[in-house]
Amino acid sequence: MSKRTWQELPKGAVSYKSSMDYKTGDWGVEAPKIDHSKCTKCTLCHFFCPEGAILMREDGYTEPDLDYCKGCGICAKECPVKCIEMVRK
Amino acid sequence: MHRDGEKIMAKQKLMGLNGDEAVAYATKQVNPDVVAAYPITPQTIIVERFSEYVANGEVDTEFVAVESEHSAMSTSVGASATGARAFTATAANGLALMWEIVYIASSLRLPIVMALANRALSGPINIHNDHSDGMGARDSGWIQIYCENAQEVYDTSIAAWRMAEHLKVQLPIMVCLDGFTLSHTMENVMTLDDETVHKFVGERPFIKVEGHLGEGEFRLNPEMPLTMGPLDLQDFYFEHKIHQVEAMEEALKYITDIDKEWAEVSGRKYDYVEPYMMEDAEVALIGMGSMVGTIRYVVDELREEGIKAGMIKLRLFRPFPSEAIKKAVGKVPVLGVMEKCLSFGAPASPLMEELMTTYYHDKEKPMMKNYVVGLGGRDVSPDMIKQAYKDMLKIKKTGKVDKLLTTIGVRGE
Repeated sequence: MSKRTWQELPKGAVSYKSSMDYKTGDWGVEAPKIDHSKCTKCTLCHFFCPEGAILMREDGYTEPDLDYCKGCGICAKECPVKCIEMVRK
Repeated sequence: MHRDGEKIMAKQKLMGLNGDEAVAYATKQVNPDVVAAYPITPQTIIVERFSEYVANGEVDTEFVAVESEHSAMSTSVGASATGARAFTATAANGLALMWEIVYIASSLRLPIVMALANRALSGPINIHNDHSDGMGARDSGWIQIYCENAQEVYDTSIAAWRMAEHLKVQLPIMVCLDGFTLSHTMENVMTLDDETVHKFVGERPFIKVEGHLGEGEFRLNPEMPLTMGPLDLQDFYFEHKIHQVEAMEEALKYITDIDKEWAEVSGRKYDYVEPYMMEDAEVALIGMGSMVGTIRYVVDELREEGIKAGMIKLRLFRPFPSEAIKKAVGKVPVLGVMEKCLSFGAPASPLMEELMTTYYHDKEKPMMKNYVVGLGGRDVSPDMIKQAYKDMLKIKKTGKVDKLLTTIGVRGE
């Protein structure tokens, strides 16, 4: 993607894109893989995730958002039933 | 001419005001939305007077009594970002304390107006006038105007809003007045009525910018959110610095329009560069601030002695008006650069360096010498100025500049 020239950029360093458009999921090496057969729906992984990248599903299970997950592994570390495994992306 | 195009030469009232009071009175008439300031000598009277206007209900301004200059500038940035007109004032160490936010204000393109009562930077501690504070901030991206007298301080404190808020400019501006020499010295000041000033400054205009939700006015607004002051790394920072260069180039083009409009309302016309007796001058001084009044007086005396002396008052330092200066300097053989600032370890002081750069590629240029005077508020007397002219006459006679920089008025020099 070619970036805008200075003439094309908004003044005052205003962001012309939302941070949502900036996919940071490729920063990390690993990604969480959740085994829903062992999961108790405690949602601790959702609350511990520093990036808000563990999403809550309507059925109560959680799911990693790989567009933004940086693979830190906090979810796997905190999971009380050890149903999250970090796997190489 | 007012913003609405109506032509009028306003009725005026003569007042006795010192420089600080002139800033405060002008700012009262502008009636900005937010004033956030911390008192520091020699700027204190500005904040004092203004807080009286607030207490008396003479302005609608939200006055924020902050705990430091760092907070004064931070508050001004926040207020200006929401679309408010924000004013602050400081001097020397106060400017030093607000330093990081000074740069942020200009890079975020916030048209804040700040009065700077020029004072020597510590240490050792000194509260009197020189230009070390303003010159230190010359790379901060602010427009800088150096005033000669209280009248100019009053006029500039009003016109500054229009210069800063010009849609092609959108930069903060420092209105510089020499500490004590101007800030605390009472002079006759012609003032306009409040309504004329209101009409002249009008409402703050906004540029349109493309935010992440589309195009909107450049101000923080919950209806149309924008991101201001984002992390700006290797891939965008450089381009945004070029924006600031462009804004300064535009400022150089458009500030003169505001000066003209002000002249139509007030009858007082200011230029970036104001030459005096330069047509046939053989030796001339260029300088900024209150000392140019004394230089003009010395030029008159020298002319009576038959010496072809001239002088140039430089009013606008940022953006630097190179072409206007060259035009004013003309073919004068010797140009002395008199300034109240020293840059330790540099080849010369800031104004001298700007002028040397301005002329470097020119075949025809004056011989130039830097005269540093008045540090820490030391008086710049007519005798000292005459000494500079005598030195320049020697340079003209010998055709040689003995050294780039010399001080005048230092014991043991």
